[in-house]
Amino acid sequence: MKHSVNKRKLRASIGLHTLLTVLSILWMLPVFWLLISSFRKEPGAYTPYLWPKAFTLDNYVRLFTDTRLFNFPRWFMNTLFVAVCSCLITTILTLMVAYVYSRLRFKSRRAIMNISLILGMFPGFMSMIAIYHFMKAIGLDQTLLALILVYSGGAALNYYIAKGFFDTIPKSLDEAATLDGASRHTIFWKIILPNSKPIVVNTAINAFIAPWVDFIFVSVIMKDNYNNYTVAKGLYTMVDKANIYQYYTVFCAGSVVVAIPIVLLFIRLQKYYVAGVTGGATKG
Amino acid sequence: MKRFWKDFAEGDLWVKGSCLVMGLGCLKRRQIVKGLCYLAAEILFFLFFFGFGWKYLSHFLTLGENAQLRVWNEDMQIYQRVPGDNSMLILLFSVLTIAVTVLFVCLWVMNLKSAARLCQLEKAQKHIPSFREDGRSLLNERFHVTLLAAPLTTLLLFTVLPIIFMILIAFTNFDANHQPPGNLFTWTGLQNVTDIFLGNATKTRTFTGILGWTIVWAIFATFTNYIFGMILAIIINHKLVKAKKMWRTWFMIPIAIPQFVSLLLVSRALEPTGAVNVALMELGWIKTPLPFLTDVTLSRVVVILVNMWIGIPYTMMTFSGVLMNVPEELYESASIDGAGPVRRFISITLPYMIFVTAPATITTFVGNINNFNVIYLLTAGGPASLDYYQAGKTDLLVTWLYKLTVDQHDYALASTIGIFIFMIVSICSLTVYNRTGAVKKEDMFQ
Repeated sequence: MKHSVNKRKLRASIGLHTLLTVLSILWMLPVFWLLISSFRKEPGAYTPYLWPKAFTLDNYVRLFTDTRLFNFPRWFMNTLFVAVCSCLITTILTLMVAYVYSRLRFKSRRAIMNISLILGMFPGFMSMIAIYHFMKAIGLDQTLLALILVYSGGAALNYYIAKGFFDTIPKSLDEAATLDGASRHTIFWKIILPNSKPIVVNTAINAFIAPWVDFIFVSVIMKDNYNNYTVAKGLYTMVDKANIYQYYTVFCAGSVVVAIPIVLLFIRLQKYYVAGVTGGATKG
Repeated sequence: MKRFWKDFAEGDLWVKGSCLVMGLGCLKRRQIVKGLCYLAAEILFFLFFFGFGWKYLSHFLTLGENAQLRVWNEDMQIYQRVPGDNSMLILLFSVLTIAVTVLFVCLWVMNLKSAARLCQLEKAQKHIPSFREDGRSLLNERFHVTLLAAPLTTLLLFTVLPIIFMILIAFTNFDANHQPPGNLFTWTGLQNVTDIFLGNATKTRTFTGILGWTIVWAIFATFTNYIFGMILAIIINHKLVKAKKMWRTWFMIPIAIPQFVSLLLVSRALEPTGAVNVALMELGWIKTPLPFLTDVTLSRVVVILVNMWIGIPYTMMTFSGVLMNVPEELYESASIDGAGPVRRFISITLPYMIFVTAPATITTFVGNINNFNVIYLLTAGGPASLDYYQAGKTDLLVTWLYKLTVDQHDYALASTIGIFIFMIVSICSLTVYNRTGAVKKEDMFQ
């Protein structure tokens, strides 16, 4: 009897592992394809065969040295600069807003929260033209500063996850501190923030990743100012019709370079991600 | 408010005078810095309004009368452009001026309130807070003002004003033929809305067609991900499976790669000469390339399938988190009642997962209605259709909006569509938001 149970378990285990192996190969196939394309010697987006005829590191070398048409190193520094700035601004603004809605009670609180909720439902692209002309009117179009402002301007709308987290920090902590004579300013910096490391990291990583993956707002704001492109928009330009044959493998190399740090951050983020999605539901 | 009227009516001349010269009440009661701030705000506002705002606001009703002209210059023997009104700037700065005016009125009311209150305090011979004390209250009783000031300002400038501007654009004829500064555009009332629903057969057909596909897409995209993500999570979290973390990571890597890379790559691979067709032909399964991106039905199936590739890992992660959090007592009591593994799954795990993920599912549904990346990067909305107005058969409302804005410069129509997307999204979310009751119970765990 016991023997047959073990046998059944073994069979189920093998079945499950085989299934998972097949599925993860399926999922990783495009990633693998990206990797081998980035080392492929022959140029062009399409080859009439699958496995490259020869491999080379040349694409990576060209990416960083051939800056005549596409200045990848510069784009990389642009993106890094924008990402660091907007990450700092967004994190601070988001946490401030989340703290206010979670802890402080004042007259127009409910109204402001509802308006924020409604504003978040407008499609983001709708306002990009207005933002562009607004930036142009104040002389900021085609600058990195404009990008930073655009990426961190909506910070006040993305407070839900952080607020959900703050809601779970016991209010008795605040009350004890108030009895000891701490002002709310002190409570925010000395009690709430040190107790919220996961959500600070989560907000910061999300804000940091955004400039690396957005190509829409960059296109609208930078137009044809190649020098101020970010990596996303730059790489996207490499594969338009005129350049794709020459630059496809370089594009793949650039994508790998951009993807590696993001993948690492993302894997770090995954445990917070789960908490964030379900937090709103279980924590009420 | 009632008290304010009473205080104001009882106030002395300084309080009444604050109506005209802001900060007067504060200055009289020794709140020098505050009073000067009010005064400075008033002066700055009037400088702004008459020096800058009025120039645009005065044309708000017509959005400009003088078009740009070409005038023959006899001396230089050339045509010269005489700049006319710029409708777009008139609208943009009018909105800005109105917003600033509204803020100023708020400030003006605040000024009156504080003048009236100070007058009452003085009459009652109570302590009048000094500037420093006011400042300290900003870090404590009124800390919300301090914290919200910066975020709400950026929100106003980069979200609220642009949205108001674009809503107004929906009631104009700002399209490719009416581009400032060369041409003027003007108010046309509900013309764009009637175009979509009644007037213009092509636009009506495009809108209903795309709306239908958007909804079909959102339903399929959400539920395929939901079901298969749940199954995948259950498999990975099964007690027989070893190295759970490794499996999860394998599925996370593809979605961590920026979508403009991964989707663009997949899109290239699906083209007639792309890797997928090459592979299928090398295997000898097909003779001629399959039209993955150019056949209507096939391309629609393809975007849903590729979306599963992008989306299932997300739902898998969500469900993994939920599965780990199912209260253990539930299982224990069920075991005591004699429930087997299947029974326990159907009666406990499944309902719990569905209940907990309900709000997230709605967010996903709304996200899919606006899922720009998957559609735009894969098919760019194609295959293009002559039945449609500047759109293709896999276009969603949001990608159509993008194309109309960026490629066609048909801002008026794009804004109208934007408003419709907003309506659909808000109706979906608000219904659910009110039902889940997450809002009402926010204090429960504090």
